[in-house]
Amino acid sequence: MASEKQQEQSEKQQEQKESPTQDHTDNAQPKDEVTTKGKEIKDNLDQLLDEIDEILEEDSEEFVENYIQRGGE
Amino acid sequence: MDTPIIIGTETEYGISIKNVLEQDPVAASTLVVNVYKDSNLKKVTWDYEQESPFVDARGFMSGGENQQPDEEENTIINDVLFNGGRYYVDHAHPEYCTPECTNARDVVTYEKAGDLILHLSRIAAEELLPAEQEVIIYKNNTDYKGHSYGGHENYLMSRQVEFDDITKGMIPFFVTRQVIAGAGKVGSENGAESAEFQITQRADFFETEVGLSTMVARPIINTRDEPHADEKSYRRFHVIVGDSNMSEFSIYLKVGITAIALKLIEKGVIGSQFDLVKPVIQNQMVSRDLTCKKNVLLEDGRRLTPIEIQRSYLDLAHKHLQPHEITSVMEDVMAKWEFVLDQLETDPMSLDQHLDWVIKKRIIDAFIERHSLNWSDSRVRMMDLQYHDIRPDKGLYARLKKNGRVHQIVDHAEVVRAITTPPTDTRAFFRGSCLQKFSGDIHSASWNSMVFCTDGSSLDKILMDRPHFGTKEVVGDLLKNCTASELVEAVLSSNANKE
Repeated sequence: MASEKQQEQSEKQQEQKESPTQDHTDNAQPKDEVTTKGKEIKDNLDQLLDEIDEILEEDSEEFVENYIQRGGE
Repeated sequence: MDTPIIIGTETEYGISIKNVLEQDPVAASTLVVNVYKDSNLKKVTWDYEQESPFVDARGFMSGGENQQPDEEENTIINDVLFNGGRYYVDHAHPEYCTPECTNARDVVTYEKAGDLILHLSRIAAEELLPAEQEVIIYKNNTDYKGHSYGGHENYLMSRQVEFDDITKGMIPFFVTRQVIAGAGKVGSENGAESAEFQITQRADFFETEVGLSTMVARPIINTRDEPHADEKSYRRFHVIVGDSNMSEFSIYLKVGITAIALKLIEKGVIGSQFDLVKPVIQNQMVSRDLTCKKNVLLEDGRRLTPIEIQRSYLDLAHKHLQPHEITSVMEDVMAKWEFVLDQLETDPMSLDQHLDWVIKKRIIDAFIERHSLNWSDSRVRMMDLQYHDIRPDKGLYARLKKNGRVHQIVDHAEVVRAITTPPTDTRAFFRGSCLQKFSGDIHSASWNSMVFCTDGSSLDKILMDRPHFGTKEVVGDLLKNCTASELVEAVLSSNANKE
């Protein structure tokens, strides 16, 4: 819990440091490091898609068809 | 005109009970709202005497009767919250209204607190239902079958601004704002042109430019003139054209840049320079252009991209807002506004941790690629809906957040605190604090009134016609040190002296 919070805070600080027009890519980064990062991002996305496969409502066809609301406002 | 910035949002949630023979959204909404209580004290009713939803800002009354529920129904369908907000049953939806806030950051905090209130409600409601039934709540705006429900915004404005100036200045702003504020939608509906994926949930439902209705023939500019404040000084600009957002970054920019655009209108620097040809149709076209770079046609013959029009508003803000008018949050909003416009210019998909429509598009694209699906597949449509599921374990947005894949504006701890703590710098402080301290002495409440019953029989109404009054700074000490009857006496005698 505490580490999550710390991470959030450090991300926030990072965001504040970045000027909005700043280029976010680091050109000086060695090529193999970029490749590693790219792989990390892909693995991360794959893991997320595994999660989505797991949590997506079953019988999506029926579920989506039966989701009917009354207009509101 | 130096009108204080006061912003609040209203969210109508979609609701469904899983594993039930027949859906009854009214009963389901009533269950989740009624089961939620800030405390074990009696519930305070809503003071409907202060409502006037049929007054039109263009200067006339529309037909319609103010429907007032009886006392028992009022208690069941209404909850005035410790945080100063309101939670109630609106037609067939649970609706949460944030308390009045002075800045975009607080709006994010309190809107997210609302999502948690709904989540707590659904857990409590499930306790009362058979074990196999689940209460599912979506913070979205459509059932994809032509029924839309709203995510509205409210901004305090000076009464001196001509409504026509608001209309002229805000139609082009809203038509182009969607590239930043859209929540994304798979498909199209309501007879609109087909689309695989579009930027907003709501563009298909807007059929007129200006009008009072919020349920049929929806207008880009809503003319409801119900200020919930001193009507001689203020109007409340009621915005119905936006989407409900999951992304904190989207909520933050949506309300932050809109408050800035309204400041520019108060200053009279927008005028007719961005008047659009056929804005209703162009609104739908912008929603369908995922590059954000197709031109919008202006009345004066110019062709500009939505990004260019948004950048013009930002440039005008830099030019015309005085340093003393720019708060730290506004400064941050303007910086992020510029960042987003730059990114949209280069590659909209680079905002896949920031803007709802891009976050959603990115994960659906990846899912489609993994399973070789097409856009009309039911699993794709399910992903769209489930992105908005407020459950932390089931909602797709919630899972992305948990995985650190979306940008956050506020700390979770602040959001939790905002469930029961009002903002300190608006009249919501007075409302929320009175409810916490004097709940047993309060008969009813509304945005601009608190009705006390301190002796068990007579009612005393305190009007709160200035949304930026009733702050902690002004009434904090008084509230700390007095009883309910002393408070009523102090406030009413001070008002009598002023008159």
